[in-house]
Amino acid sequence: MASSMRIINGRVYDPTNNIDGEVKEICIKDGKIVESVADDATVIDAKGMVIMPGAVDIHCHIAGPKVNAARKLQPEDHRHDVHESTPFTRSGTGGTVPSTFTTGYRYATLGYTTAMEAAVTPIGARHTLEEFHDTPVIDKGFYVLLANNIFLQNLLRENRLEEFDQAVAWWVSSTKAYTVKLVNPGGDEPWKGKKNSNVADIDEKTDEELSPRQIIEAFIKSVHKQGFPHPPHIHCNNLGHSGNYITTLETMKTAGDMRAHLAHIQFHSYGGELGKNPTSKAAEIIEYINNHPNITCDVGQVMFGKATIMTADAPLAYVLKGHSKGKWVNADTECESGCGIVPFSYQEHIYMHTLQWAIGLELFLMSEDPWRVLLSTDHPNGGSFMSYPKLIKLLMDKSFRHEEMKRVNQKALDSCSLRDLEREYSLYEIAIITRAGPAKVLGLPNKGHLGVGADADITIYDEMEDKEMMFNAPRYVIKSGNSIIENHEFKNDFTGKLLHIVPEYDKKIEEIVQPFFESYYSIEFSNYAVDDSYLHDHEIIPTGQA
Amino acid sequence: MSENIKIVKNATCTFCGCVCDDMELHVDLDENRIVKTKKACVLGKAWFLEHTIEKDAHAAMIDGKKVSMEEAIEEAAQTLVKAKFPITYGLSDSTSEAQRQAVAISDIVKGNVDTTSSVCHGPTGMAFQGVGESTSTLGEVKNRADLVIYWGANPAESHPRHFGRYSVTAKGMFTPNGKKDRTVVIVDVRKTKSSPVADINIRPKIGKDFEILWALRALVKGKKVADDIEEQTGISLETLEDLVERMKNCRFGVFFFGMGLTMPRGRHFNTGALLALATDLNEFTHFVAKPLRGHGNVTGADNVVSWQTGYPFSVNFNRGYPRFNPGEFSTVDLLSKGEADAAMIIASDPASNFPKKAIEHLKSIPVISLDTKSTLTSKDAHVAFRVSTYGINTTGTVYRMDDVPITLNPAFDSPFPGDEEVLKGIKKRVQELMLARHNANGARGEAKVAAARIQE
Repeated sequence: MASSMRIINGRVYDPTNNIDGEVKEICIKDGKIVESVADDATVIDAKGMVIMPGAVDIHCHIAGPKVNAARKLQPEDHRHDVHESTPFTRSGTGGTVPSTFTTGYRYATLGYTTAMEAAVTPIGARHTLEEFHDTPVIDKGFYVLLANNIFLQNLLRENRLEEFDQAVAWWVSSTKAYTVKLVNPGGDEPWKGKKNSNVADIDEKTDEELSPRQIIEAFIKSVHKQGFPHPPHIHCNNLGHSGNYITTLETMKTAGDMRAHLAHIQFHSYGGELGKNPTSKAAEIIEYINNHPNITCDVGQVMFGKATIMTADAPLAYVLKGHSKGKWVNADTECESGCGIVPFSYQEHIYMHTLQWAIGLELFLMSEDPWRVLLSTDHPNGGSFMSYPKLIKLLMDKSFRHEEMKRVNQKALDSCSLRDLEREYSLYEIAIITRAGPAKVLGLPNKGHLGVGADADITIYDEMEDKEMMFNAPRYVIKSGNSIIENHEFKNDFTGKLLHIVPEYDKKIEEIVQPFFESYYSIEFSNYAVDDSYLHDHEIIPTGQA
Repeated sequence: MSENIKIVKNATCTFCGCVCDDMELHVDLDENRIVKTKKACVLGKAWFLEHTIEKDAHAAMIDGKKVSMEEAIEEAAQTLVKAKFPITYGLSDSTSEAQRQAVAISDIVKGNVDTTSSVCHGPTGMAFQGVGESTSTLGEVKNRADLVIYWGANPAESHPRHFGRYSVTAKGMFTPNGKKDRTVVIVDVRKTKSSPVADINIRPKIGKDFEILWALRALVKGKKVADDIEEQTGISLETLEDLVERMKNCRFGVFFFGMGLTMPRGRHFNTGALLALATDLNEFTHFVAKPLRGHGNVTGADNVVSWQTGYPFSVNFNRGYPRFNPGEFSTVDLLSKGEADAAMIIASDPASNFPKKAIEHLKSIPVISLDTKSTLTSKDAHVAFRVSTYGINTTGTVYRMDDVPITLNPAFDSPFPGDEEVLKGIKKRVQELMLARHNANGARGEAKVAAARIQE
């Protein structure tokens, strides 16, 4: 297989290097972008085509215990969406929660070459890494759930902040994670221990001692101090509840001027009274983000049709179970997390669903800095990643957007400003919210751009008027210099690698964690940390550069 | 016993679904056997102490004759590729790494893959697909459960450490006094060795589990139950009402259910009713349910087959993509109907425990077997691999009954290869053969794939 390649005549969109549609030659050697290659390199003529770096999904749910439970739960979702094998690629099934192989191949068929699994329990890290090894083509990493970790909360209650930092580093290192994930901080104990209740306010102390705000603040400070490449990835309290935008604003304020990433912020931008229909507070939320460069977010756009709610926010899934009336999974993980799964469907005629759809679009269209307001559907919570091309069309094509608006609940549209927003995203901006932006926010220096030294993860699209069609079917996809898709057909299989961090910690912290383990966990401390045999191909992203 | 003793701490017992990972093993390295165990239960002790390396066994045999590993792998691959309908079965006593290879082989040869789930907790998997499940890891039961209900299960004999490690006498965060902090209920049609552990024993008529569970659901929802419920089920209304009050008013309740619920009349209706009851109870308090899985890594098999195909067991690849249909693609049914024309059996002995008709067909087709010891299945196998034992000789990953993955810490080396190694070899060869066949048929105008790089 050719180890060097030259792509000529294509229009290049590489925002990191300020390249906006210039015709430029891209050279590849040994999996990296290089200055030049020898004359005998394979040539791809990309005349009439658009060249972008491989896309990066900053927030999705694609591997691990909860994803696999959601897969098992929905045979009806797989049956009508099969993925055939080829002599060198594996078969699988699709739906909103595809099998591992299908997940990797389908990301590739959209031009995505990196994806981050957004919520993994520490005890489920091994499972996630095993699935990653069966998720082809893309590079991947995961965020480890720590906000409802009882041991860490105990340290905060006792104000043992130095040990807290050490323990956070130990947990991230021991699980091969990429950063910490905070989900509904403080909400697990009321759910598991107080008859399925929840925490309602960022300053509510469910046990008289510790509030969600204190937990959030401690993680932001700790991660800042330790210089993780990506800040805490935060799923705020009160997701989905009317009036939750205040919690979201307060969460962002808690960060001060330190970095924080707010996940699927659309689900956290609702006004109105609890228990009643929400209103849009997209303007208030995006104004705060526009004015605070330390805050980044992914939108978590809702797309109409089938979705699967899967979240560590178990009380939320229980609320949604009440709406969907269908099957429900709850899965508690000892000392670490909760989890809820509900098959779901977003429907145009429903006020709430249309409003969610509209708020997501408002956030995109009112964003002043595409580098910090990134594309996601919180796959598969707001919709499948397979709907990204349609979302791109909604952003790039206002006449299409207005056509779609005719089909939705008009009362919901009346209550927000979407009809008045005339903005259209450019290809350059799309390249930012799907590539350069997520790579920058993740702190991945070799992703999301096409400068010399970058990973040779490249997507080449036929330039088309219909942007959904264009982004649905890249003509070429190159991963780490390997030609995966050529003329729309798979030519190669590829495993991809794990992206993780290894923050340093004082070994003494293990002596402090171990007694807790022996009392309250059901596996042995020495069998808990994930060993290097689960890494396969991997890259350690350095920490400590804050 | 020699002086050459190695002590292995925190080793994992893979005998049952408890997957206890706190074993201390004393290994006699001269004799290649475990001479002492600490913390193992009676089943675990037998598992470890009776494990010996049979020095006169051959790692690879074809039709009963010793051959090289390469010859056996070649013959196994040829057999699978030549067959029109090759099936793979077993998997539950193997590592998830080996299971991944086995599913891959089935996919590549467009065969069928099924696990022992289809004859034990398969109905639980089907009920899960229908209603979902409220569940938790076992540590959560240890820390929180104040009402523990076993249904159709006899852990004292099948999972001897379940009571002590996780559910009855275990002391946890909110259950510091162990059993004193809990109420234990056992629902079983007969008295078992588990019965004395229970505070309340409920002994229904045989085959009435569904009726009782449905009555409990009705009572939980405040509905009336027919007056003849006792006549129907053998359980009085008062007993049921008392149980409902306990369930609604506990802090953290858990059902553990076994094959006494999954295998009698009703099967997935029974498990579905139980899972639905646990779900209903969450309107009042926190309630979870958990199947008591048997084999060491049957939960891993469910997980691996699910992540690779979307379905937990009984998966068919004949059309080039996975289809799921227990009853059609479950091994017992396939064999009984005489449908498979080659079989690869991994870590299981269907020739000793399947129905007669299924065994007859199995004996009429070429079988490839991978097992740690000689079995009825391996004795008759066309290609027989003798493999090392997971957890004792080989490392890898095992999923406990609550889906918690644990890395195995083996005690001593075996002269035999692990399942994963053998299956990797077969997979590689099968892939080459299928690719060659594909290229020979290239006239169909499909993509030329000679340059395709085959991944390990």
